Amino acid sequence: MAYEKRFDGRGFDELRPMEAKVGVVKNADGSAMFKIGKTTAIAAVYGPRELHPKFLQNPETGILRVDYNMLPFSGHGDRVKPGGSRRSREICKVMENALLPVLDLKDWPNSVVDVFVDFPQTDAGTRCAGICAASLALADAGVAMKDMVTAVAIGKVEDKIVVDLNYEEDSYEHGSDVPIAMLPNSGKITVIQMDGEITPEDLVVIFAKAEAACRKIYDVQKAALRAKFKKQEDVS
Amino acid sequence: MAKPEDVLVVKDKSVVVPGEALATGMGYIPGTGTYRDGESVQAGRLGLASIDGKVIKLIPLSGKYLPKLNDRVIGKVIDVLLTGWRIEMNCPYSSVLTLKDATTEFVARGADLTQYFALGDWVVAKIVNVTSQKLIDVSMKGPGLRKLQGGRVIVVNPQKVPRIIGKEGSMVSLIKDATGCNIVVGQNGLVWMDGEPQAQLKVVETIRKIEDESHLTGLTDRISAFLQKKGA
Repeated sequence: MAYEKRFDGRGFDELRPMEAKVGVVKNADGSAMFKIGKTTAIAAVYGPRELHPKFLQNPETGILRVDYNMLPFSGHGDRVKPGGSRRSREICKVMENALLPVLDLKDWPNSVVDVFVDFPQTDAGTRCAGICAASLALADAGVAMKDMVTAVAIGKVEDKIVVDLNYEEDSYEHGSDVPIAMLPNSGKITVIQMDGEITPEDLVVIFAKAEAACRKIYDVQKAALRAKFKKQEDVS
Repeated sequence: MAKPEDVLVVKDKSVVVPGEALATGMGYIPGTGTYRDGESVQAGRLGLASIDGKVIKLIPLSGKYLPKLNDRVIGKVIDVLLTGWRIEMNCPYSSVLTLKDATTEFVARGADLTQYFALGDWVVAKIVNVTSQKLIDVSMKGPGLRKLQGGRVIVVNPQKVPRIIGKEGSMVSLIKDATGCNIVVGQNGLVWMDGEPQAQLKVVETIRKIEDESHLTGLTDRISAFLQKKGA
């Protein structure tokens, strides 16, 4: 069977509509909201701050801790149990791996940067949206980082390669998806996962599509970070 | 000498995001907060690009306070040690104030140290030692270093402290003169003030405005106009 038209009518290379805002959690040292389609991620960064228990401290560098959390009402009608699960624990680690390569915490030995990412609403692609939001929040917090991190899931539904899967596509029987986290300026990949099966030929196409998609996400991130600051014409 | 292939990508004093290319070509030199990747100079954090001839620097707009030698900081006594006090100062690392750096008085062995500084007291101190592992010593010996009595302490963005102080303290004296408040600004992003309650609120409002607008030009004029409007 051929996949002629996407379930939500998007083009095959089209991302869902994105929205980003920086500074949404006033108490945090840095924060951001990143919304892609019906998936919304809110990230708050605290730190660098003192790390306890002490045995977790690393005298060579500060460490990064990510907390991924879907809110109970966020899914598709089934209540998501609060607290950590096997799945959320894995995604925390994946997000740490995605973000850590760009961070420089050498100036902050024995300390921790905590990133809390919560999802009030989810429709697939949460780890990718979470990485995009967390990277915005880390930049907002003034942590030294050499690049932003963008992430998108590219997948295959039937015979077509599709960008940024929604829940219908993600859970489709004859399909697979590959979440990719990429540094938009250098094109380096910090995370790649796979759910389902992909041929090596398709993977090459997926990388190319991910690069193009990540560039679009980066533009949204850049605009959001700039929008936080007042412009000269606002004050005079 | 800037060669023809050296191209400046961003404007001076524009907001740049991590990883953004600031200039290309070996003619430009990466300063603090930036790094070189091949031919181009890139931003190493969120900040304002500051171009000074061939050198491109980044002025941070946010971030925690990183303790630096000789900084004057405001801190809170959080523990009393055998021969000193532990001071917390709005950053991941606390510091130690030893007896000999705290007072010139003779302190008998076993004396109750809380009669000098009790838990919860606020002090202005100077950082006299920082190790690579961020073990910090502070001292109370120096002009203006003292225990803070009364007043209130607010937390500000540590990266905005130079703007709140102004050139040679011009901004803080502007606020002091306009409101009649006594103000101490710590490099660590804590600001202590004392004065009439209404005046203190004006100080807080003014400082928040500075934090909000300090990346734009004409700050001093706007702040003095703001203070005038507030009738302070």
